[in-house]
Amino acid sequence: MTAPHTTLPLDLDAEEVEAIGRELDAIYDETIASLGTDDERYIKRLIRTQRTLAVGSRVVMEAGALLRARRGRGVRSGPGARVGLGLLGLGAVGLGLAKVLENMEIGHNVMHGQWDWMDDPEISSTTWEWDTTCASDHWKHGHNIVHHTWTNVMGKDRDIGYEILRTSSEQPWNPVYLAQPAYNTLLMLLFEYGVGLHELDPEKLLSGTTEEKATQVELLRGFARKAGRQMAKDYVLWPALAGPRFADVAVANASANLLRNVWAYLIIFCGHFPDGVHLFDCQVVEDETRAGWYLRQLLAAANIEGSGPFHLVSGNLSFQIEHHLFPDMPSNRYAEVSVRVRGLCERYGLPYNTGRFSRQIGTTMRKIWRYALPGGEDSRTDAPAVAEPARAAA
Amino acid sequence: MRIKERVGEVVDAFATPLRASHYVELVNPLWSSHRLQARVEDVWDETPDARTLTLRPGRGWRRHRAGQHIRVGVPIDGRRFTRTYSISSSPERRDGCITITVKVLEGGRMSGHLVRDLRPGTHLPIGLPQGDFLVPEAVPVRPLLVTAGSGITPVMSMLRTWALVGNMPDVAHLHYAPTRHDVIFGAELERLAAEHRRYDLHTVLTRSDGGSHFCREQLDALCPDWQEREVWVCGPQGLIEAVEDHHRDAPGARPVHVERFRASLAEIDADARGGTATFLSGGTEVEADADATTPLLRVAEDAGLNPAHGCRMGICHTCDVPLATGSVRDLRTGDLIDEPGRAVQICTAAAAGDCTIDLQETS
Ligand code: FES
Repeated sequence: MTAPHTTLPLDLDAEEVEAIGRELDAIYDETIASLGTDDERYIKRLIRTQRTLAVGSRVVMEAGALLRARRGRGVRSGPGARVGLGLLGLGAVGLGLAKVLENMEIGHNVMHGQWDWMDDPEISSTTWEWDTTCASDHWKHGHNIVHHTWTNVMGKDRDIGYEILRTSSEQPWNPVYLAQPAYNTLLMLLFEYGVGLHELDPEKLLSGTTEEKATQVELLRGFARKAGRQMAKDYVLWPALAGPRFADVAVANASANLLRNVWAYLIIFCGHFPDGVHLFDCQVVEDETRAGWYLRQLLAAANIEGSGPFHLVSGNLSFQIEHHLFPDMPSNRYAEVSVRVRGLCERYGLPYNTGRFSRQIGTTMRKIWRYALPGGEDSRTDAPAVAEPARAAA
Repeated sequence: MRIKERVGEVVDAFATPLRASHYVELVNPLWSSHRLQARVEDVWDETPDARTLTLRPGRGWRRHRAGQHIRVGVPIDGRRFTRTYSISSSPERRDGCITITVKVLEGGRMSGHLVRDLRPGTHLPIGLPQGDFLVPEAVPVRPLLVTAGSGITPVMSMLRTWALVGNMPDVAHLHYAPTRHDVIFGAELERLAAEHRRYDLHTVLTRSDGGSHFCREQLDALCPDWQEREVWVCGPQGLIEAVEDHHRDAPGARPVHVERFRASLAEIDADARGGTATFLSGGTEVEADADATTPLLRVAEDAGLNPAHGCRMGICHTCDVPLATGSVRDLRTGDLIDEPGRAVQICTAAAAGDCTIDLQETS
């Protein structure tokens, strides 16, 4: 078993670290200072498009269900029924895509405060509520505060393996992990519920102090309220509009949610679990400077290479490194910023973990299977952080 | 009403976590019910630096009363700014539109944008009409209107209303502007004066014809019966103070109604001290140095926060937030507020020593 890093695994002296910190600060400041009308137009247009897609898909779905309802009254089969099924499928995919856009490129990023600079009360981290069963205020605490501050610090960051998975030899093994390929699949399919309950601490709920218990119960209540409303919408109200074809619409909505769940899971897992990301011991964060924090973020995140549309449907979390360095920078700027961050990494011989989707998801899945078993010396995970040739050239 | 609300709730449940109105808005922003917007129908340059915007308010609007103002939000370089403008059109206007008239302030980003860059067809977030610079519902018998510069706008709404309903009272009007070219609504004012015998307009050009600012002699000369008149005054701080001072000392003077475009601030002792202002916002704390004269709204904004606000001059109460600890000073009165839980208008309050302000989420 390898130990988590107690110091940053980098061949840099303190001065170099601070210089890198200053460069990253400059990238951030310049980008934030250049925000303007184009960025505003980007997010507003995206929100309009997303809402149109969502409502349009639901209408298409209902139309499909109605066409199929007519079959029941004598028109046994024929083109009408097939078109109906087609429309249901189309609606499900459209709605799934709408939910993906809403959760990732819009909701996640708005709740990070990326668009708060506009001072628009409608697009603000304080008021946004996203289209999943996870309540926004719970998520903002667990994600923005805990995960983004303590990224990959063992014992502090609850996002390491989502508290239930062992994704590194550095996490001690336990027989429960034998089942992790199974419950990992469940997590993927039911991802929104996993996220919704992520803040919950079962131990505190069962055997905490009265106060701790009360907080946990409040968390559960908040989740139930939000999840209840979401489920009523997708599995009762909209299906009810289809009358006898209730089930058609319910299934189509379930498919849309499933599509969103699996996609969000894949993108998020690719951001922190592929080969080459590092885990840290609490000691790393003792007296950590801002520059040190930057470097830890750099070592803890991984990017996915892809085209423009791919980055869009990934909520630009395919630029996970840039997102972790600058969590409140509007996501439409990550692409241009990534060029500068990458250049900086090359100059200082820092690792920049990026790869094709297949590589990132492949190594992630391999880990989940491999680390279900005890031990696991994985040379690829422990790849030297400093890329030798680049270092020599610098 | 109950039933309508119930139906609304059910319809909204189809749109959760949004509301049905968020989708209605896609078709026409004026139809949304969750926020009020207006479409710019027309822009008209009144003077070289003042422009009238004709706005069509959307659903949820309620008719204003002559003399009232609204909040208007304008995105500039992607950011939203909010300012307050008097409505210059009459509530009796038939086409459902209102007008505001904006004058460029020196260094005013927002007014500059409204006057120079805004195009018809733009949608702007607006607030409901507010303010108590009103003439009584029953037309006052003998009003004296004193205005200067863009202070004419709320008064214009009054004049237009009286003209429209054919009930022009016996009005004396003193209006001040630097030169003839600066008189907002100049032609319309003169037409009104020509058409309505009882409307007595005196335009004083302060930078030509040897015209002077408001003073006793001038008032006696232009409006000898001022003692019998109730006064409405709107314009810069100097004018308001001059009229108020004059009427305070004048025996038998009638009441003065005032509309300010800036909060008038009390004198603050030279040895008044500021402190550290701590803002609680969404589970985080932000600390900033605050002096004894800068409004806490500005301090918070400079520290990167964006508290809710509207008029920025202490009238709309959009910015009210509770004081958690410490003390602040109301810049208009000089009063100290140090009771935890008291609402603080942060646009017109500054730190008096250390203070903690609870910028709770507004919903
Ligand atoms: S912003 Fe209107 S009262 Fe403060």
